[in-house]
Amino acid sequence: METLQSKHLLGIKDLTREELELIFNTADNFKEVINRPIKKVPSLRDITIANVFFENSTRTRLSFELAEKRLSADVVNFSSSGSSVKKGETLLDTVNNILSMKVDMVVMRHASPGAPHFLSRHIQANVINAGDGTHEHPTQALLDSFSIRQKLGEVAGKKVAIIGDILHSRVALSNIFALTKLGAQVMVCGPATLLPKYIKSLGVKVTLNLREALEWCDVANVLRIQLERQQVRYFPSLREYSLYYGINKKLLDSLQKPITIMHPGPINRGVELNSDVADSDHSIILEQVENGVAIRMAVLYLLASNTA
Amino acid sequence: MEQKKQIINSELLDVMLSRLCHQLIEIHDQFEHTVLLGLQPRGIFLAKRIQQRLESILNKEIKLGYLDTTFHRDDFRRRTTPLKASSTHVPFLIEDQKVILIDDVLYTGRTIRAAMDAMITFGRPRTVELLVLINRKYTRHLPIEPDYTGRAVNTIDTQRVLVAWKEQGLEDSVWLTTKDS
Repeated sequence: METLQSKHLLGIKDLTREELELIFNTADNFKEVINRPIKKVPSLRDITIANVFFENSTRTRLSFELAEKRLSADVVNFSSSGSSVKKGETLLDTVNNILSMKVDMVVMRHASPGAPHFLSRHIQANVINAGDGTHEHPTQALLDSFSIRQKLGEVAGKKVAIIGDILHSRVALSNIFALTKLGAQVMVCGPATLLPKYIKSLGVKVTLNLREALEWCDVANVLRIQLERQQVRYFPSLREYSLYYGINKKLLDSLQKPITIMHPGPINRGVELNSDVADSDHSIILEQVENGVAIRMAVLYLLASNTA
Repeated sequence: MEQKKQIINSELLDVMLSRLCHQLIEIHDQFEHTVLLGLQPRGIFLAKRIQQRLESILNKEIKLGYLDTTFHRDDFRRRTTPLKASSTHVPFLIEDQKVILIDDVLYTGRTIRAAMDAMITFGRPRTVELLVLINRKYTRHLPIEPDYTGRAVNTIDTQRVLVAWKEQGLEDSVWLTTKDS
């Protein structure tokens, strides 16, 4: 296999295992590129990419922008604050206006699940989903699996626990798709109010007990408590959440084996992860960020080469 | 139907490799500031052979790197079949070094152009030379010519030159294939 089936990357759900492997193998090459003295290749020099962010983001947007620039693409950035979206322009109108300026690819983050799918049906450009509401965040899941593959050699057969706010997490859903497709076992762990009702139908184990999840897993992917999505009281207080689901060094030291700690960022230090864990040797959080650029370069490159 | 004709057998290939190595030594003497760069995916077998032979003649270590040109090609998005990237492994700086690029077959010259582009991301070389096993004459799209040639052959567009190596589980040999139109 040398190319992706689709001209868009909307979610992990649509990808096959072979496509995931292709993205990883291509990312290996780009990882070598970004460690060269000159970190830039000219592959996408005739391509213009619009980063359209209707929701806040630091890491993802920076990572996409760096990946685009390392591939020599021209980049325009758009964020909804301070734009005509506030004046009531529709999503399709906004994007069509941007596309009239001859843009070849659109990287979009939006608060509504399915927004990139809607867009991909109406425009010619390649669409990359950089997070749509509580639905999917495909490049994050790709870089998470890529980081596991780099740390442990392969993903197949590994046990991965996803811990925290599963209900609101697009990272969790995309990760579950990616990990199960690659042959890993997945367990989700969190307070009952933050676990979706039908999560078991995705073929994952479920537990409410943090210690049980940590004792079972090789890798713990700890999610952020999404403070901006807690309008309903899903748990009594952050302090209580931290007591039951926060991971600290004492807890990790009491386990039988060393486990790898991942976090998609931004970390709420002292809530889901203590600093003595986040900054320890167990954590590969900063490797995840580095791999993010390589993975996004691979995705952009592969989609751009798919001219069919 | 495809016709396949052997143009170089393993004995002759061995003689050619020896000659190329001695030509290199004539110019580069002890290889003090000279490095070899084999081009992925097919030039690396030739580059490895040259390195081994130079090392046994000179009795010293010769630096060899592998360079992939995929991301630097100018026909990206213009091809019907996508390109697959190979790994790049250049474990040394080429700043102020004499670089010898090594590939099996020189055809349009576009790979070599891309290779020079890829190469300068590792530094500014003092000089760059090109060694190829087979030089296909009259097929160039760019003003690029080899400095060291195993054999120059006359070919037409419907023909292909294939170099086979023991490392690929085949017999060392060079083949000319012709597609019937």
